[in-house]
Parts: sequence; C-alpha cells; structure tokens
Amino acid sequence: MNRFEWTDAATVHEAISQLNGRAVVKAGGVDLLDRLKEGLEAPQRLVNIRNIRGLDRIEEGKDGLRIGPLVTLARLSEDKLVLERYTALAQAAGRAATPQIRNMATAGGNLLQRPRCWYFRQEEFHCRRKGGERCFALDGENQYHAIFDNQLCAIVHPSALAVPLMAFGARVVLTGSKGAREVELERFFVTPEQDIMRENIIAPDELITEIKVPRLQPATRSFYIKQGEKESFDWPVADVCAVLQTKGNVCLKASIVLGAAAPVPWRASKAEASLAGKVINEQSAREAARLSMEGATPLAQNRYKLAVFEAIVRRAILRQASS
Amino acid sequence: MTEGIRQKAHIEFRLNDEAVEVAFAPHKTLLEVLREDLNLTGTKHGCELGECGTCTVLVDGRAVLSCLVLGLDVEGREVTTVEGMAEEGRLHPLQDTFADLGAAQCGYCTPGFLLVAKELLEANPQPSREEIKEALAGNLCRCTGYIKIYEAVELAAARMRGEEARPAKEIIYGYE
Repeated sequence: MNRFEWTDAATVHEAISQLNGRAVVKAGGVDLLDRLKEGLEAPQRLVNIRNIRGLDRIEEGKDGLRIGPLVTLARLSEDKLVLERYTALAQAAGRAATPQIRNMATAGGNLLQRPRCWYFRQEEFHCRRKGGERCFALDGENQYHAIFDNQLCAIVHPSALAVPLMAFGARVVLTGSKGAREVELERFFVTPEQDIMRENIIAPDELITEIKVPRLQPATRSFYIKQGEKESFDWPVADVCAVLQTKGNVCLKASIVLGAAAPVPWRASKAEASLAGKVINEQSAREAARLSMEGATPLAQNRYKLAVFEAIVRRAILRQASS
Repeated sequence: MTEGIRQKAHIEFRLNDEAVEVAFAPHKTLLEVLREDLNLTGTKHGCELGECGTCTVLVDGRAVLSCLVLGLDVEGREVTTVEGMAEEGRLHPLQDTFADLGAAQCGYCTPGFLLVAKELLEANPQPSREEIKEALAGNLCRCTGYIKIYEAVELAAARMRGEEARPAKEIIYGYE
C-alpha cells in the first residue's frame, strides 16, 4: 500500500470538504483495502467516515425504510423489521461473503464496490475499464462474466444489496459540496456504453448519505436467491430478487432483478410483464424465467448461467406463491 | 481533521482488556500492528485479501478480518486476539476442547476459528450444528475437514452451559 494522509471526519460536511484532489472515502474499508493492496489505486488521502454519527440507522417512516450508509451487512441481515417486511434485502445481506466481512462491510460500500472481474483486479491487465484498449474477458476466462450488455466490457455488477434494493425501487441520497440530490437506484448505475470507466454516477466529492426503500404495497412479498459454486463464502454465479404484489394467487405486479448477469443490476422487464395479471403457478413461473433470459448474449464459457438463472428465477417466483 | 502524511500514527485502544498505546506507520493494517508493533503473533497472516479468515480478531466483540482493517481504525475500540482468550492462567473452554478433540492439526487457522467460535457462543450459547457451520463459514482449514472443529465448538458450548459433557466417540471411516 502507498502512504496516505488520514482524515477522521466527524460530520458529513467535514468529510465532503476533505474530498478533493486524490482523496477517497473509507467506510468499512473492505473493498478499498483490497484495491490499495492490489495497487489499483494510490490515493493521497483517506477520508474515514466510519465515525460519523447518525449514518448507521435503520428506521421506518411513513414513506418507507431509511437505511444509513454505515449499516453493516450483518445488521441488515439480523434486523427484525428488515427481515419481516423487506425479506429479500435481509436475505441478500446475509448470503453475501462471510460472517467476518458482513460484520465490516457497509450498505453504502456494498453499492459502491468496484468490479470483481479478475482482469480488472490485476494490476497487469490494462483493460478498457482502466483506460486500456480491450476487454480481456471477452476472449479470455469468462465463466463468471456478464451474459447481458457484454459487448464492450463483461464485468458483472458486484453488489448483492443492489439486487433487492433495485427490485424494491430504492433511491439513494447523494450529498456533496453543492448539496444533496436523490436518485433512483435504477439511474444510479452506469452501463459501459454510458461510461466505461465508472459503475455509477456518484461524484468524487459526494457521499451516499441515505438509502430509501419506498413503503411496500399491501400483500407484497419478496424473495432473494443466490446461487454460487459453493454453499458459502462465494460470489454468486447468479442471483435474483423477485418482489411480487399479489391478490389471492394472482400476481398484480412483479419486480424482478438479476445480479451477476450484466455490468449493472439487470431488470428482467419481459419476465415482469409476463407475470402481471397471471395466476402464480409452475407454468407462469417457468414462462417468466424463460423470458428473463431472452436477449442474452453469453460468452464462450458462461452459457451455463442461462440455465442457472432460469432455475432461480422460477424458484424465487414460486416461493411467493407457497409462502 | 487532516493530519498530513506522517511517519508514525499514534493511537490508544483496549487490547485483551488492557489499555495500550502504540505508534506505527499509518498505512499498516491491524494485523501488521498486532504482529509487528505489539509482538502478538497469535493472529496469523494468511491470504491478505479477506478470503481465508485466519487473521480474525474481535473488534468491539464482533469478528473482523484484521488484514482488511487499518490499525488507525481501532482507535478507542476494544480488540480481542487469541492471546486474550485465556483468563487467570486458565485456557478458554474452546481452547481446551480444540486441544482435546484434535480440532487443530497444523494450527495455522486455529486462532481465527477460536475467535469466531467465541463470538458465536457469546451470542448463542446453544447453537445447532447448522448455526455453527454458518458462523465458521468464513474460516478455511485445510487439515481437519472441519468435523472435529464443529465437535469442539459443541463440546465447549455444553461445558460453558455448565453441562456434564463428554466428547463424542471418535468415528473413523464409519466405524467406532
């Protein structure tokens, strides 16, 4: 790791005022320390926001759930309110990484992780996302890479929380030197075509200061499934969140988001549309699962993901019918 | 506030129930500070990337990976390493059962396992086998195959609940 200055910010304002030049934000530090050790970044200053008070709350108000960016994945996975009402969010937090990492990693940091693509993480590969000429995954080792929107760069978005949060229609509050702005998570993430050097729209002098999950419609349930190669301690090869509003066993509205599928959390719009107004059963779930993979452009080594996604999308939908 | 690029950071925190102060290069991880500046080498240096769990310590009672925590980050906090598990010269029940049941072979992963198991038993005195597996899922052991580790945690849990407990009879290849 390079040498750096250390700023221990006591307030959001103080943190923002220090975010100039080659400064980076440090919260849980899990991804940041990894990047520093790999030599991917050499910041001049670390601005520690871990000790800012008030950024670690989970609260439910009239308009829904508010999650502070410093809430750890462990707390999200254990929180009674989240478990009961926003089940998929607790499930995603509890299935990510390992117990130790869940004790350290924060909700804000989880959304802001850089890609885990092994070519991106290796200092030696100067890939497009680092300003280079090519994506090494396209004709390289691409078994864990994207099956949608993978022409320019085949990373998959690494955030587990983004999958349920986007399915719930969450928004993030970004606070910077020019004030605060609120953005739908759906518009927060950036595709390679929009800007290949970044995964989201946050500015260098901004912090995520709140994550807002809108109040759920009545009779809405959510379910998250992660499929890894191993039972624990693994990145997903595929993950999915299905949020379904139902009347009896008829689906009124479906929101289905796939993780580990594309450079951004990927909304399965055709699958959502096919479920609306239908009785939730094996047949309608199977059809939605098939549609969720329509338009996929798998690479040489990741065609297997299509079958995995179809299986977990179908299961996530059927879990709502049986719960 | 900004402190500039300094040769040494100086912090105070509680380590194994004692107040300590230490000076170190500011980019050092907690793992390096513990081993190199405080001479507590019980915490082991493994993958350095958060993948093996052998550097686990408790910060404010929660298991974290000391290779991904900066030393500067524990200022004012409470850190427990494997050296802090024994009390008044007596080993922690987990240390006893790990030794008695052969839950440690080469021993390199043992300090990490002991600390996550300690965190687990403090929160949940009667964990099921599944809960133990889940709690220990972030620690790799390449010798034991884990079964003896689970049994050691179960036996320690029983003893800590004050139960008369004996180790399960050893089974090798399905034969008692």
